[in-house]
Amino acid sequence: MRLYWKYVWILFKSQMQYRASFWLLTLGQCLTPLAVFAGLYFLFERFGQIRGWSFPEVAVCFAVIHTAFAITECFARGFDLFSTMVGQGEFDRVLVRPRGTILQVLGSKFEFARAGRLLQSLLVLFFALSSLTIEWTPLKTVTLILMISCGVFIFTGIFILAATFCFWTIQGLEVVHILTDGGKEMAQYPLNIYQKWVARFFTFVIPFGCINYLPLMYILDKTEGNGILYMLAPTAGIIFLLPCLLVWNIGVRHYRSTGS
Amino acid sequence: MITVRGLHKTFRVAKRSTGLGQAVKALFHREYKAIEALKDISFSIEPGEIVGYIGPNGAGKSTTIKVMSGILVPDSGICSIMGYTPWEQRVSYVKHIGVVFGQRSQLWWDVPVIDSFELLRDIYKVPETEYQSNLSLLTETLDLQELLGIPVRQLSLGQRMRCEIAASLLHSPSVLFLDEPTIGLDAMSKIAVRRFIQTINAERGVTVILTTHDMSDIEALASRIILIGKGRLLHDGSLQGLRSQFSTRKVITADYRTCHRPLAIPGAAILSWSPERAQFSINTGEIVVSEVLAALSSQVELLDVTIDGQPIEDLIIQLYKEHQLS
Repeated sequence: MRLYWKYVWILFKSQMQYRASFWLLTLGQCLTPLAVFAGLYFLFERFGQIRGWSFPEVAVCFAVIHTAFAITECFARGFDLFSTMVGQGEFDRVLVRPRGTILQVLGSKFEFARAGRLLQSLLVLFFALSSLTIEWTPLKTVTLILMISCGVFIFTGIFILAATFCFWTIQGLEVVHILTDGGKEMAQYPLNIYQKWVARFFTFVIPFGCINYLPLMYILDKTEGNGILYMLAPTAGIIFLLPCLLVWNIGVRHYRSTGS
Repeated sequence: MITVRGLHKTFRVAKRSTGLGQAVKALFHREYKAIEALKDISFSIEPGEIVGYIGPNGAGKSTTIKVMSGILVPDSGICSIMGYTPWEQRVSYVKHIGVVFGQRSQLWWDVPVIDSFELLRDIYKVPETEYQSNLSLLTETLDLQELLGIPVRQLSLGQRMRCEIAASLLHSPSVLFLDEPTIGLDAMSKIAVRRFIQTINAERGVTVILTTHDMSDIEALASRIILIGKGRLLHDGSLQGLRSQFSTRKVITADYRTCHRPLAIPGAAILSWSPERAQFSINTGEIVVSEVLAALSSQVELLDVTIDGQPIEDLIIQLYKEHQLS
């Protein structure tokens, strides 16, 4: 972990060589989700509520998923851009260094400009939470932290899966953005507004529902029965990450036997 | 130190075909052909040797280096380096080796060289005292003092290559793999890099395995060459041995006091003639050099004689040709 921060530090120094570009990117990153959020606002302006969910409640949903996504894009960008790493043969370099491959790929890139997106998402989160009347308990705070951190795990898992494909294809697969961007778009609303099969897919296959919809019901006291289950739902994110790491290792083994 | 026995490696490569129709077809169905990159490669290397690993493009040089540095897993064969099997104990093995890919940088592009060095120190977990002593030794021998504070992207290629080599030696490896370390360098930088490789080999006993297309690198550095072509080992031995085994052609250039009578030496072909100078080509299998010289001195008053062996480049080309025919 200490080594990871050293990687980040050197990347930060590199980024600071291009200050103007950094600030412009950060600003731009800030504006994109803001536009999406504005869309959300006008939607509720017109319809008032969706399936019993008010605007601030959906905003929490939105903010949690966007915060998790922004954090992931910051630090797991190495996996997102992994196709260039394989294409240019840089992965060979990773293999001749005495450290794990995951750590080194994570350390290969850190997208500081995404901090803009993160900041904006956090602002929405605070705004949404403060306009709701929630009785905060320590458990609810833990739940909120779990929601975001496990969201990061899920997105990281998808990034790793996508990167693993590069071992076979060399080029990145746009298809995977259906899962990252698409998943993000879907999961910024509470899952119960969708068809059953969509909700099931995003609960049991890619558990986005487990990191915002289900635990949010716990925070908003909308649950029936055992609240603890709802509260611990985000840990599905950790469970999701495990097979992704396994698949990654299979990919690395494939790369080392084909050397493509 | 290094034992390689019976290495085999076959790649499946997608067949590339021309034409739009074929390209569209390839989107759905691909045909593969097997390419044997390594066929029964065996050799062993003693500690402290400098070995030149040469061969034409696509001969299997990089594949061998990749297998030996733990990147690739071969189909069959044994490779034991310092008691490790590179592809099985990757993490513990690579601590003991340094790898320089001439065409790819291992330094962080936008930050001063010293920052890259410090990160490498942490990656390889080099103890601080060892790091400091290595750094000062490398800075001195490679003359890096002024370069350390400069971002890598602002360095010239020669300067960068010196930093690359230094970077791969910070963790005191016992084996150094250099993949085309002099590619693209000017004459001065080439000499500096070569001298450094010699120094590091002599002072620290680092075993060096280098691939190159520049035969003067080999002549300057390697006491031994391993030549491969089409995945097969063609020659393993000294450069001298290669010469005496394959090179039988010599060129004799003679300068003499003006003599208008054309020369005739039995067994030697005349390449050029003028009243002051003549050039002969002989085959040492047919005629001994001293006989030619004796014949020459009986006909003219010799002022100067030079005898040139076949340039090593020609020799290699000749060897490639022979083996491609067989």
